[in-house]
Amino acid sequence: MSQRRVSWLINGLLGLLALLTLFPLIWMVSVALMPTGASSNYPPPLLPAHPTFIHFQQLFAQQHMGRYFLNSLIVATSATLLALLLNAMAGYAFAKLRFRGRDTIYAVLLAGLLIPAQVTMIPLFGLLKLMGLVNSYAGAVLPSAASIFGIFLVRQYALSIPEDLLDAARIDGASEWRIFRSVVLPLLVPILVTLGVFVFLATWNDFMWPLIVLTGRDMQTLPVALAGLSREHIQDNELMMAGAVVTVLPVLILFLVLQRFYLRGILLGSIKG
Amino acid sequence: MSARANTRGYAQSQSGWLFALPALALIGVFFLLPVIGALLLSFTDFDLYALADVGNLRIVGLHNYHTLLITPMFWKALGNTTVFVILGVPLSLIASLGAALLVDSRLTRFKDFFRTALFAPVVTTLVAVALIWRYMLHTRYGLINYLLTHLGLPAIDWLGDPHWSMPAIVLLAVWKNFGYNMIILLAALQNIPEDLYEAARLEGASAWHCLRHVSLPLLVPTLTLVSIITVSGYFQLFAEPYVMTQGGPLQSTVSVLYFMFEQGFKWWNLGFASAVAFVLFALILVLTLLQLRLARRLGET
Repeated sequence: MSQRRVSWLINGLLGLLALLTLFPLIWMVSVALMPTGASSNYPPPLLPAHPTFIHFQQLFAQQHMGRYFLNSLIVATSATLLALLLNAMAGYAFAKLRFRGRDTIYAVLLAGLLIPAQVTMIPLFGLLKLMGLVNSYAGAVLPSAASIFGIFLVRQYALSIPEDLLDAARIDGASEWRIFRSVVLPLLVPILVTLGVFVFLATWNDFMWPLIVLTGRDMQTLPVALAGLSREHIQDNELMMAGAVVTVLPVLILFLVLQRFYLRGILLGSIKG
Repeated sequence: MSARANTRGYAQSQSGWLFALPALALIGVFFLLPVIGALLLSFTDFDLYALADVGNLRIVGLHNYHTLLITPMFWKALGNTTVFVILGVPLSLIASLGAALLVDSRLTRFKDFFRTALFAPVVTTLVAVALIWRYMLHTRYGLINYLLTHLGLPAIDWLGDPHWSMPAIVLLAVWKNFGYNMIILLAALQNIPEDLYEAARLEGASAWHCLRHVSLPLLVPTLTLVSIITVSGYFQLFAEPYVMTQGGPLQSTVSVLYFMFEQGFKWWNLGFASAVAFVLFALILVLTLLQLRLARRLGET
């Protein structure tokens, strides 16, 4: 085969693969814009003949979508802010500050990475019930506020901060907290963006834990509410697709804007050990 | 001088602790403590009565594990999950590797676009995209059956036939996840020095030969890694059947975690459900170690 032919083949295959990958997402938007019942035709229509926003209006006016959206936003934003602060501090400490037991604790943490979060869910539910945090934002946020992965990510990055820089600040008499705030934090910004996107997307998309801990309807996040709605409105494709669009669009946009940071997080996370 | 260095070291040790403490406290309380709690709970009959009053809690030893082994639904759930893993992991890895090789090719144009497009499903919300797949897989007016019948194939009752329900969930999972491993494999491919290919080509090696004898052997560590991530991730199947099939039809998509969820949070058999969680954890751990050992042996030969 000539080079040109191979080039056509490779690019053609990739085009096909990209089409298969993106099609469900594009169609989701298309069906969301169809009038009620239009998607239940055969053959299934690809584009709405008469686009309408009625399902979005209905979701927000009758199905409390605004409330679920707000819940998701509160949970994901507070988890992200807490995770940034706590993991940045801890990750920096594990990388640059010498303290007793540091290496042992770090080894224990890394071993903990092997344990799936689902193992903890049952006692965690009992614990939060004791603390009176079942069906509260705190109950959804606190378990993901600090994470081993987050500490690991920040530590890997902080290792490259030159020791001289910190020592110079110490000789100038700066306190450790001040050094962290004015010398370390600015240097950590790129990895903190990565961590922030990671935590936001993970908490926004999370399903099992919010399903368990947010027991009241008005506390539900978008994925939990959407799963509930889909059981009640099993025939109403257009309404469900509108709900799916509202749920997916924010994270998809966030990813597209910050994808460089997000992809780096995956690569850093995959060279554990 | 040394006394001063010592006080400084002491101050650093103290602040080191202070910096790490908030995160460690949260991880301790909300992760490590519950892990130990789960192990302990699995030896008790913790249920709704005990949730109301801890005084009702009794220690039952290995009773939960014994019950588990003689519960047909657990074996069914384990079987279903195994089918999902056996179908899903190879398909995911092949899709990831294929996509990575295509995007990495010197002849590929618009690399950045393709990389982003193929990765997009990874960041989407599973519940939301499960709904569009449920629509596409609809027996009567689903697009997939429309295409099948156009190719002269029989329509399939994807989510209603117990033989097809798990493969349908596999389709969704592969579509949603292959981009993740693609990114990792792509980075590994780009790390292979160009000289190695040059040298192989000078000796007259074909593209296939380069792939088989240059790329793939160098990818073994990365492939092991993504395989471990994928196997352990796929054993944690839950949201897909919850949204697509609710475990049906005929319980053909009840996964181990789905079983745990129902036992724990529907029937409130929390001690029993903890035992389920621990068995799943042990299983994932053993499979991880097995893959590591297998990869090491592969690396030696």
